[in-house]
Order: sequence, then C-alpha cells, then structure tokens
Amino acid sequence: MEKKIKVLIAKPGLDGHDRGAKVIARGLKEAGMEVVYTGLRQTPEQIVRSAVQEDVDVIGLSILSGAHTYLFPEIMKRLKDANRDDIAVIAGGIIPEDDHTELKELGIKAVFQPGTPISDIVDFIKNEVN
Amino acid sequence: MDKDIDKLYKEIKKGNENKIAKAISMVEDGTKNALKLMEKVYKNVEPSYMVGISGPPGSGKSTLTQRIVQLWRKDDIKVGIIAIDPTSHFSGGALLGDRIRMNEIATDHGVFIRSMATRGSMGGLNSSIYDTVLLFSLAGYDYIIIETVGVGQNEIDIVKLADTTIFVTVPEAGDEIQAYKAGLMEVGDIFVVNKSDRPNSQQMVLTIEQLVSFKEGKDIWKPPVLSTNALRNEGVKDINKWINKHHTYLKDNNLLQKSRKNVIKAQMINLMEKTLNEKYIKPVLKDKKFEKYIDLIYEKKEDPYTVIKKLLLS
Repeated sequence: MEKKIKVLIAKPGLDGHDRGAKVIARGLKEAGMEVVYTGLRQTPEQIVRSAVQEDVDVIGLSILSGAHTYLFPEIMKRLKDANRDDIAVIAGGIIPEDDHTELKELGIKAVFQPGTPISDIVDFIKNEVN
Repeated sequence: MDKDIDKLYKEIKKGNENKIAKAISMVEDGTKNALKLMEKVYKNVEPSYMVGISGPPGSGKSTLTQRIVQLWRKDDIKVGIIAIDPTSHFSGGALLGDRIRMNEIATDHGVFIRSMATRGSMGGLNSSIYDTVLLFSLAGYDYIIIETVGVGQNEIDIVKLADTTIFVTVPEAGDEIQAYKAGLMEVGDIFVVNKSDRPNSQQMVLTIEQLVSFKEGKDIWKPPVLSTNALRNEGVKDINKWINKHHTYLKDNNLLQKSRKNVIKAQMINLMEKTLNEKYIKPVLKDKKFEKYIDLIYEKKEDPYTVIKKLLLS
C-alpha cells in the first residue's frame, strides 16, 4: 500500500467559525488525503495529543478569533516537548499580515489568507511532505 | 535494522505514544519494517479484550464509546480506541471525524484514540486493524474498542474480530421488516437503542427483543436489548454490566479461545487476499493488454471468463 498523507485540521481556542476548516477538510479529502477533524474549541494540549496519536504529517490550524499570537506559540512549544516538531504546521483564517512574520519565526510554514484556492494548499502540503 | 525493530518493540511496550503511533502508520502503509515488527508481535502478544461497536451512521457510536470509556477510566482501565471511517472510492481520501465526539477523553493519558480509514476494504475492516489491536495490547491497553464505519446491511466483519459486539441503532432505523432482514441484526451480542428520548424508542426495543427471542437452546447467549441516551449519559452502566456478563459467558463456555482462533483465520484470509491482489491482480491492471481485452469484450470478440484464464491462470 502506498503512503497516504495524513492531516489534522484543528480549531484552537474559543472560536465558533468552522466553515473554513470544514471546506479545507473536504478539499484535502478530495485530493486523496486522510483528514482528521477534531471539531471546535480545541486546547493546544488536545491538538498536540491528537497529532501525536494520529501520527499526522501536517497540522492545519484554522483561527478567526484573533488569538493566534497567544495560542500558536503554546501549540508549537507542546509539539516540541512531544518530540514531534517534525510535523509541518500551517495556518489559515483571519490572520493580519502584520503577524505573519512573527508566526513564521515560530515555525509555522505558511499562513493562508481567505480566498486562497484549495489547490494551492494541496500543492503546498504535497511539496512539504515529499 | 533488526536492532531498531527490537528497540521499537520495547518502546511500544513502555507505552511510548510517539512510537505506538508510528508503528500503526507503518502497519497501515505495509512497510517492510512493519512486517518484521509484527512477526515479533504475533509471537509474543496476547490480544486484550476487544469490544466492537457497530451500527448505522449517526446512531451515536462515538458518543457511546466516549461514555463507556469514561466509566472504565474510573477503575483505571486503560483503553485503546480504533475509530474507523470510510475511504472515498473516488479520491482515495478520507474524512476522519470520530474524535469530534470524544473530546472529553482526548487528553486522558490512559486512552489512546486512533482514527483509521478503511482504505478499500469492503467489510469496513482491513488487516491493519487487527495488527493495531495487537500493538495496543503490547502497549498495555486493557480494553480495545473498535468502532466501525456506519454500516448498512451485511457488513459483518466486525463479528469475526471483536469478542463482544455491540450493535447500536436508533428509534428511526426502520420498521420490523427492516430488522428481520438478514445481516447486522443477527450479529450483535448486545443491542442498544440509543437516543431514548426520541419517539418510538420503546417500540424499537420491543421489535429487536422479538427478533432476538428466536435464538433458542441451552447455553446460547441471548442478547439483551438496552435503551440509552449517550448524550445525557443514561443507560451506559447497563452496557458495561452486559459487556462483563458476555465476557464471563465466553470464558465459562470456552468460547473465547474459539473466537480468537476465528480472528486469526479471518486475518489470514484478509492477508492472503491482499497478497494475491498485490502480486497477481495489480500487475494485470497495469498491463496494457488489460485495456485491450476490455475493448475486445465490449466488441463481443472475447468473454471475461476466457480472458481471466489467459491473464491469470495460464
């Protein structure tokens, strides 16, 4: 059997907007990936634990609450503590461009803005994993 | 190389989550190292008690799983969960969403949840599922729950695998004729009518009770029909009580041994089919001749039976 790309789509923090996350999850599934979706209001601990147990290649964080500079560092720290900072982390949602550099410095591989074609994200993930 | 396998085996035994997760991926992808690891696992590991949870989509399998696990955790029982969702026949991808209903146990260190895609197996159970059961057993999980895809009729592989199979349904699942049809209704050791607050819930319980009452004979297991509300955590203790009763029944009648042998048999058949597929069928599909034969059959110059003889049996 060939190796499948496995992705965790997670919604950190108190943010009830999940349409974007669901669209991405479906899009990646249509592109042949195995997508774990964990639902709304996830803590950094839940996200990292799920990523470890599921052994995903990529974590996609969807956030529209504005708390990304608070939550993402915690997620990245916990991934490191779990010895899984090899997992590629990407982000999407409403994230002001002013914050992109800060997030990239944290180790977030890419920040996708609203309106990004799903095929761009698919290509990015495929590139990142292979 | 073999030293690495030994090390991996030891780390899994210690309960190292990263390594357990990696080993499951290896098994899913069928890597060479996975075969070496499983060689050792099959010869050394006794499978933990397996509980299968099956039933139509949306009947509450994941929510019930979470509730049962929460109950077990009070007694410090460690649980491995395999949550299976279907692979798309078109894209080969899968959306694995069972974790959404298990958030309350997601950070418990005595629980390991692994979502799995069916990856093309028809009955909803592929060979890597039993291998994962063994890996969880090696890692010290006392109970293993296998939550199947939302099944329809006739997909009964779960029965061959689990020691106790729970069939979950809902009041709206159909009239008694639906229930009488052969298939899944015949395979539960415990029946659960979930969402007990919905209309006609007691009627559904009665329907299944009538169906089950046809089972007759001495020492025959008569499945209970339970009514639950997983969201409100009602009736879950009953399920646990009946799982224990069924476990005792299997032990007292020496059936556990038989069921474990059946598992091995099913796994053998599974793996043989997989091997034959990889070795014989896949190469044929890649062969250009194959497409030509399809054309010939379409043009009525050939027939499938003769072509198969030429392709596979000559």
